[in-house]
Amino acid sequence: MNTFDIFRASTLDGAVAAFRDHGDAMYLSGGMTLVPSMKSGLAAPGLLVDLSAIKGLRGIAREGNMLRIGALTRFSEIIASADVATAIPALGAMAAKVADRHVRNRGTLGGSVANNDPASDFPAAVLALGATMVTDRRRIAAADYFTGLFETALEADEVLAALEFPIPDAAAYAKHAHPASGYAVAGVFVARFGDDWRVGVTGSGEEGVFRLTQAEQALQQGGIKAAEGLNLGELELLDDATFPAAFRAAAIGWLLRDALAQL
Amino acid sequence: MTKPSQPPFTGRTEDRRFLTGAGRFVDDIELGRQAYMALVLSTHAHAEIRGIDTTTAAAMPGVLAVLTGADVLADGLGPVPPFFMPKLWGGPDGYGTLRPILVTDHVRCVGDRVAIVIAETRDEARLAAEAVDIDYAPLPVVTGARAALADDAPRLWADCPTGNLSCTLRLGDAAATAQAFAQAEVTLKRRLISPRVAPSSLEPRACIGVHDAAEDRFTLYTSSQDPHGFRAVIARNVLKIAESRLRVVSPDVGGGFGLKAHMHPEDALVLWAARRVGRPVKWTATRSEALLTDTQGRGQEVEAEIALDRDGTVRGVRVEAWHNLGAYFWGTATPPIFFSLQLIPNTYTIPAVDLTTHAVFTNTAPMSVYRGAGRPEATFVIERLMDEAAAEIGMDPAELRLRNTIAPEAMPFTTPTGMTYDSGDFGGMIRIALDRGDWAGFAARRDAAKGRGRLRGRSITSYVEVAGVMNERMEIRFDPDGALSIIAGTHSHGQGHATVFSQMVADWLSVPLDSIRYVQGDTDTVLIGRGTFAARSSMLGGTALMRAKDALIERAKDMAAIVLEADRAAVEFSDGMLRVTGTNKAIPLTEVAKLYYLPAGPANALGIGLSGAGTAAGKPGAAPNYPNGVILCEVEVDPETGAIVVDRMLALDDVGRVLNSTICEGQIHGGIAQGLGQALLEEVTYDEDGQLTSGSFMDYGLPRAGHMPHIESHLLEVPCTTNPLGVKGIGESGAIGAPVAIVNAILDAVRPLGVGSLDMPVTQVRLWSALRAAEEMRGAA
Ligand SMILES: Cc1cc2nc3c(=O)[nH]c(=O)nc-3n(C[C@H](O)[C@H](O)[C@H](O)COP(=O)(O)OP(=O)(O)OC[C@H]3O[C@@H](n4cnc5c(N)ncnc54)[C@H](O)[C@@H]3O)c2cc1C
Repeated sequence: MNTFDIFRASTLDGAVAAFRDHGDAMYLSGGMTLVPSMKSGLAAPGLLVDLSAIKGLRGIAREGNMLRIGALTRFSEIIASADVATAIPALGAMAAKVADRHVRNRGTLGGSVANNDPASDFPAAVLALGATMVTDRRRIAAADYFTGLFETALEADEVLAALEFPIPDAAAYAKHAHPASGYAVAGVFVARFGDDWRVGVTGSGEEGVFRLTQAEQALQQGGIKAAEGLNLGELELLDDATFPAAFRAAAIGWLLRDALAQL
Repeated sequence: MTKPSQPPFTGRTEDRRFLTGAGRFVDDIELGRQAYMALVLSTHAHAEIRGIDTTTAAAMPGVLAVLTGADVLADGLGPVPPFFMPKLWGGPDGYGTLRPILVTDHVRCVGDRVAIVIAETRDEARLAAEAVDIDYAPLPVVTGARAALADDAPRLWADCPTGNLSCTLRLGDAAATAQAFAQAEVTLKRRLISPRVAPSSLEPRACIGVHDAAEDRFTLYTSSQDPHGFRAVIARNVLKIAESRLRVVSPDVGGGFGLKAHMHPEDALVLWAARRVGRPVKWTATRSEALLTDTQGRGQEVEAEIALDRDGTVRGVRVEAWHNLGAYFWGTATPPIFFSLQLIPNTYTIPAVDLTTHAVFTNTAPMSVYRGAGRPEATFVIERLMDEAAAEIGMDPAELRLRNTIAPEAMPFTTPTGMTYDSGDFGGMIRIALDRGDWAGFAARRDAAKGRGRLRGRSITSYVEVAGVMNERMEIRFDPDGALSIIAGTHSHGQGHATVFSQMVADWLSVPLDSIRYVQGDTDTVLIGRGTFAARSSMLGGTALMRAKDALIERAKDMAAIVLEADRAAVEFSDGMLRVTGTNKAIPLTEVAKLYYLPAGPANALGIGLSGAGTAAGKPGAAPNYPNGVILCEVEVDPETGAIVVDRMLALDDVGRVLNSTICEGQIHGGIAQGLGQALLEEVTYDEDGQLTSGSFMDYGLPRAGHMPHIESHLLEVPCTTNPLGVKGIGESGAIGAPVAIVNAILDAVRPLGVGSLDMPVTQVRLWSALRAAEEMRGAA
């Protein structure tokens, strides 16, 4: 690991100012992705701007038809939250499937969504629920937020402050975890708002998380039964020796069924 | 066969230290003025080195030295030969490599050591290591053992007269086997693979080199299973100094599994670097370095044939195998080569075998021992064949095994590969397992699974292990105040020796457990020892310890005879007392011990000090022991997704006399976990350029608690007849039987769907692909 400085910000503005002043800074939340990247030399920031002491970035609140989760909220807190359990229990179930206990005790929702690892879980929920990313300077809709593998609409110095999740009538998540890393090889999040169905798929997309429009249309038209036996062969999926695209397509099929069965 | 009776388990002596974080591992040791070493590793699997430019690196902050292979040669450091070659065990000569501790002009695998940097801090060393500029001229690469034998394959060792072939080991009788095959009613052939796996000890390798210039003497702190073995190789071959000029200390060691049974280049490099910079030099492997530079286990491909009659009588087995040695014949690569053939007859009366294995150089990391070391490979071959044969002739696989097991009355029994089993009731073990595991009730469980849309499969595996190599020495030494120490030649790195050996001595001598200090792992304190590997310590350490106790008591009698004024022949020892037969005269052993240390008195004549040393010997030259057992396994497969659940795992083990049943069962559990990893998850992979593609735990799948089934473990005692304690080994047992038990059970589940073969690791994707391929075949038919 390179030597670096660390600045513990106490306000959002202070964090952004420190980031801009330095020129070679990175934000630090739970550090569960960033620190290993630094150890392996993939990231070598000169300054870490630690966001964890900023007030107001951590916590969960239900506001009408919306669940607001601060970016610095940890997965373990999402799992334990009564608001999550009553409003969108699928988010708690998803958080429980992230990594292991140690990582869940430190890793944050904001860190995960800012990083947009194509194998991470939460992007599927963000996209399917149509969440809004609240940053230090603006609001970004889910549809505009994910721009590619490890790419988002966030500007370099922009801080993700909170996520606002519309509360669906029902939602569920099913995941095929990588046997070594535990990340998603494929993960399917389904949400129903009235008659409107939305399906987010993570882990396998060539361009990262995507909406499974075939399934959404079938569900809209024919309900849960209609989502059986969809042809997913046309999807543009990652293809590697360990997880060939054909397996991923099949897995998305059965995960969709498993998620729907939970509703 | 008896069940062991054991006192209740009260924990291990060493657990408090480990569980409270007070264990002292090499990386915990911080020496004054300590500097750090970083490695410059080859990024090419095969290349010539045209030049190495160290100028930038040498000028970087904190850098004390940048050293290359040229410096190794200039300082006269020697290369490292294999620990021993197959010839020592009666095998062929073979070509053994001489591996320099830094390569000079030719790298042969990714991770070959090219240069080192010594710096003030770990990070400074690593940054400078990245700045060492190496000019490589890439050469063609070969990673597979069979591919490496092709005429046009790139050659790794120009002076090896047999190309990439180091040696070919043959066992058995080719003519008799050919005849058996000609006469048998059924023959079948299968290709079976035990892929390379990474030992992955919890504590990565680590070492600190110290050079005391005043005495011109070195100290090596290293995470090792065998400190004296390390000392011998490094002192004799590399540094070319007397062994007394090198002290090797292995404090707490967090797992070895064979990886740490032999030195790696870093152990010599830190010593040399320490002399060069005049400061202690530490190196601790990162997990990425471990996966790249550690020796690996297994790596064998086999064409295996079995001949039998329709009544289930096995007539012969023929095997041709290829062992992937990697770039060097390194460390203890010989045992896996031998055991992978020698144990193929297993627990059966197979009359004729014809077994061949070729040990082949490739552009991959070196192969060496890993828990089981050839025994899991052999068991995989014979037990896969037995199941295939049972399926072919339509016989219950348990029945087929029972028809061919060696009867207890036939003991001692010599196999066609020259192993003489002293004891064992292999058929009895199978019958108990069938009963305990409700083999007969399987059909109902299979039908119930079917109702849930799952395919249920079962397997029964019989295995035998060979334990107890080389000789061993143990010592018991009283202190002047009557407390005592065990000075062990074995080396516990997770096995619980401090508990077991101390309990044995406490029982024998009737002394309190807490008056015993257990000492190991320091070549200045221990006269000689072989360390711990290959399930050797209970038999060799235990027997040597018993003989040390006997010697100590004999000496104690000399003193007792004098102070009790009795005839020496009338003194005997019981319950911690030396007594004169037929009288009430007695003296506690601990008092005798104190007398031996008085500044005046009988010790003047008898010699100061009370201690005893004992030796025990195993293979070669004396008999090893043969632990054996049965695993009964049931799995369920989801035919749509290929998901596998190991639902039942019953392990029955004959470990001879049980010294501590909880520790034995712990060994079984750990071994089965590693066996499950091999069966379902673990595989070291290289791409066609020889780049490691399983270089982190993000890709290399280790088993975790959640993967593990409940293990029902039963210990049964058939005392070994060739050692006085009656013990057999335990350390490798679980890892030997588990891989094939799981694979056979999966195949039993999916064979009805037309899946007849699966390579390890049977990952979900691999099984899913095989199920889909079989489906297409059925569709096409
Ligand atoms: C062993 C292991 C297993 C894992 N398994 C899974 C899994 O199964 N599923 C899964 O989804 N994830 C998994 N993860 C990833 C884990 O969830 C991530 O570490 C976490 O989501 C990132 O959050 P963090 O708080 O640790 O972010 P950090 O590591 O602190 O930061 C990650 C990145 O985001 C940036 N960043 C952080 N916070 C903000 C912010 N508020 N605004 C803008 N940028 C920010 C940082 O600069 C950095 O680039 C795993 C990680 C590990 C180590």
